[in-house]
Amino acid sequence: MPLLLNLLLGLIFGAGLIVAGMSDPAKVLNFLDLAAIGSTWDGSLAFVLGGAAAVTFAGYRLAARRPRPLLESQFHLPHKTAIDAPLLAGAAIFGIGWGMVGLCPGPAFVALGTGRTEALIFVPAMLAGMLGARLLALRGIARDGRA
Amino acid sequence: MTPTEFTPLSALLGGGLIGLSAVLMMLVFGRIAGISGIAVRVLPPWLDGEAANRLAFLAGLVAAPMLFLAATGALPAASYAAGPVLLVTGGLLVGFGSVWGGGCTSGHGVCGLARLSVRSLAAVASFMATAVATVFLLRHLL
Repeated sequence: MPLLLNLLLGLIFGAGLIVAGMSDPAKVLNFLDLAAIGSTWDGSLAFVLGGAAAVTFAGYRLAARRPRPLLESQFHLPHKTAIDAPLLAGAAIFGIGWGMVGLCPGPAFVALGTGRTEALIFVPAMLAGMLGARLLALRGIARDGRA
Repeated sequence: MTPTEFTPLSALLGGGLIGLSAVLMMLVFGRIAGISGIAVRVLPPWLDGEAANRLAFLAGLVAAPMLFLAATGALPAASYAAGPVLLVTGGLLVGFGSVWGGGCTSGHGVCGLARLSVRSLAAVASFMATAVATVFLLRHLL
């Protein structure tokens, strides 16, 4: 049951990315190209992010009225609040890669499902980068003796 | 550079579907729908028993184009400007940076902003700034 539900949630998320046009790297790069405002700039991405965040904002408020989620004993929410160096540096590095290709992790998996050669190159590199960052972070936690 | 059309309505509709998925993830499982966090925890080391669920979610993302194909008769349009070197470099940076920074466009962007998290807002400002700068460099300076 949880497996099927997760599959369904992934499908809805992926369908949303496709309907929104975010599975097309050109559309993403044309948003990021602020120098092209007034000519080829495409503002769609702001409406995707705004629409998604607005629905999520409202839905989270409803979900938070429940003492716990439907299928688990507690909510698993991020507890960090500090704006620290790893946050800003990691996000900055992510942004550089995003600007190079026009794919972030969600659209990358959707692109994989189209069988495009570009995705077959991008996704393994992305997974290698993810694994590298996680192993480095876990090693740091082990060394510092804190979670 | 491939021109694209400004499509605010389908953008809002697609964004709404992404939001629906994120809300259901919270309502049913109590979890953030952050793709980088989900993807990296499918890889070892497996520290909780949730890897199979995360893999199922990713399988849904990968299957979405087939659903679109069945519904419309065509795969979603996609045009790439990046060659192999940019694809590998970009992939490594997207993967490393999103995990090091604790989230990507979905975790920090959609879910974090929806939780009014200042930490996520800072992350979004950081990755938007470097992404804009990178596109400017690649399109207008090199």
